[in-house]
Amino acid sequence: MLEDLFAKVKLRASYDKPADQKGKINIPENLMFKCPRCGKVEFMDAFLLGGKICPACGYHARLSAQERIEQVADNFTFKEYDKHMKSLNPIDFPGYAEKVAHLRRKTGLREAILTGECEIMGQPCALGVMDARFMMASMGSVVGEKVTRLFQRAEQEDLPVVLFTASGGARLQEGLISLMQMAKTSGAVGRHSRKGLLYVTVLTDPTTGGVTASFASLGDIIIAEPKVLVGFAGRRVIEGTIRQRLPEDFQSAEFAQQHGFVDMIVPRGELRRTLAQLIRLHTGKGGGPDENSVG
Amino acid sequence: MKTAWDNLQIIREKNRPTVRDYIPMIFRDFIELHGDRLYGDDAAILGGIGMAGDMPVTVLAQVKGRDLKENQASNFAMPHPEGYRKALRLAHQAEKFHRPVICFIDTPGAFCGVGAEERGQGEAIARNMMEFMELKTPVISIVLGEGGSGGALALGVCDELAMLENAIYSVISPRGAASILWKDASREKEAANILRITASDLVEFGVAETVIPEPVGGAHNDPQLMGKRISEYILATIPKYTKIPIAKLLENRYYKFRKIGVFTEQKGVNPL
Ligand SMILES: [Zn+2]
Repeated sequence: MLEDLFAKVKLRASYDKPADQKGKINIPENLMFKCPRCGKVEFMDAFLLGGKICPACGYHARLSAQERIEQVADNFTFKEYDKHMKSLNPIDFPGYAEKVAHLRRKTGLREAILTGECEIMGQPCALGVMDARFMMASMGSVVGEKVTRLFQRAEQEDLPVVLFTASGGARLQEGLISLMQMAKTSGAVGRHSRKGLLYVTVLTDPTTGGVTASFASLGDIIIAEPKVLVGFAGRRVIEGTIRQRLPEDFQSAEFAQQHGFVDMIVPRGELRRTLAQLIRLHTGKGGGPDENSVG
Repeated sequence: MKTAWDNLQIIREKNRPTVRDYIPMIFRDFIELHGDRLYGDDAAILGGIGMAGDMPVTVLAQVKGRDLKENQASNFAMPHPEGYRKALRLAHQAEKFHRPVICFIDTPGAFCGVGAEERGQGEAIARNMMEFMELKTPVISIVLGEGGSGGALALGVCDELAMLENAIYSVISPRGAASILWKDASREKEAANILRITASDLVEFGVAETVIPEPVGGAHNDPQLMGKRISEYILATIPKYTKIPIAKLLENRYYKFRKIGVFTEQKGVNPL
């Protein structure tokens, strides 16, 4: 049934022209939603009521970290870690400080990730959620340190880690210090793993670059939301190298799954249940078989 | 004073020696090994075994070519996932036979292409970093010229990082940075000089431990002398790490990376 749905979507996608080849239409920003995947314009109400999912193609649009936590964690269970951590400007990069200050005001976030612990349908876990509104959730010192501490704490407290990834990659404004966060976070994942603890990655839109090439690809179980962008290199970079346009579904969650890099694609409405079920399967705590089945 | 841009000019010298030049100067009885046992053999990454002094070691390296033909064969040292997986296979082999691993880094970055995406470039790099972090044998990495981003770091999780004097190591190529920041790749020089990518920058950040001096004007002016200095460095450095008990070695390796990061946790103060 689910497969049928995807087949239809694929069929439809192949008839549609890519978004940027269509004539520019003036879209009233708050009334209409224009899907970055399929290019269709839909009523904003339909998009929002469906949980920020494109009514035409099922693309799962970006959520803020706060929205995500509200959807996934049991009410009032989220306790934030390291909430005062803020970036500095280690290589005195021009304009970086201003950019970060502006984004803090605009988003109310201090950085591109929220970490903490919570319960998901009664299952305790450590939770990290990246927020693409903050410099495309690029990984600098703060993201690297918060992810590392999340795994460290989970290791100490015997907790599974659930991490919602989204990122444009390493944060170039912090130079090589950003790059080294890839090694640091991968090392922290390894230590948590060696203790026999579960790590579930949920790839959300867009997961790319240095985050794909570090903790996002290291989950014991890797989930992706439908139609999201998952890849290493930028699409334009690759198109520039091969001098041809890439198919629409290139670097989609479905593409990644087809090539063996994603365990399952789970629609937003089923995420909570799936995560709780996975944690239960690894801790053997609570719940009878029927109560837990996804359907 | 020499700037990052000056370094870049030197490492782009046509005659700058590559790892293929250095290997016979540094290792005896070198034998090259091939393939990742999963998909193929990536010529952008070389792997093999040789003697460093009286110690067998595993050598892993990104391979720049000395001319266009060689560069085409080795894809300009831009590895595919199978290259990183070959490196990981040989690293595990080194662990099994208790051989130290010597990595030579010299790459513009991991290859960006359709096949690389299909075969999981991100996963390959991530897994290398995680597994090298726990590899139960000493790992020494040396940046010969260009340390390009995650594609370099996949051979850069090590106990000690050395840089040749003019080598650079960067989160993004200066050209790439210029085109992202100012939509103008020609402002490469400006980008190079603000990104802090030189050997001395990296020592200052605690990322690199050692700078290996180059002959006057750059390694291309005296490849033999450069080879001798790299060899001396390797011979002097291996015993420092083979002496350390494995558990301690891995703890130190993790903390070498664990400590990197610049941030504040002060409440209520806006540091920026
Ligand atoms: Zn759509």
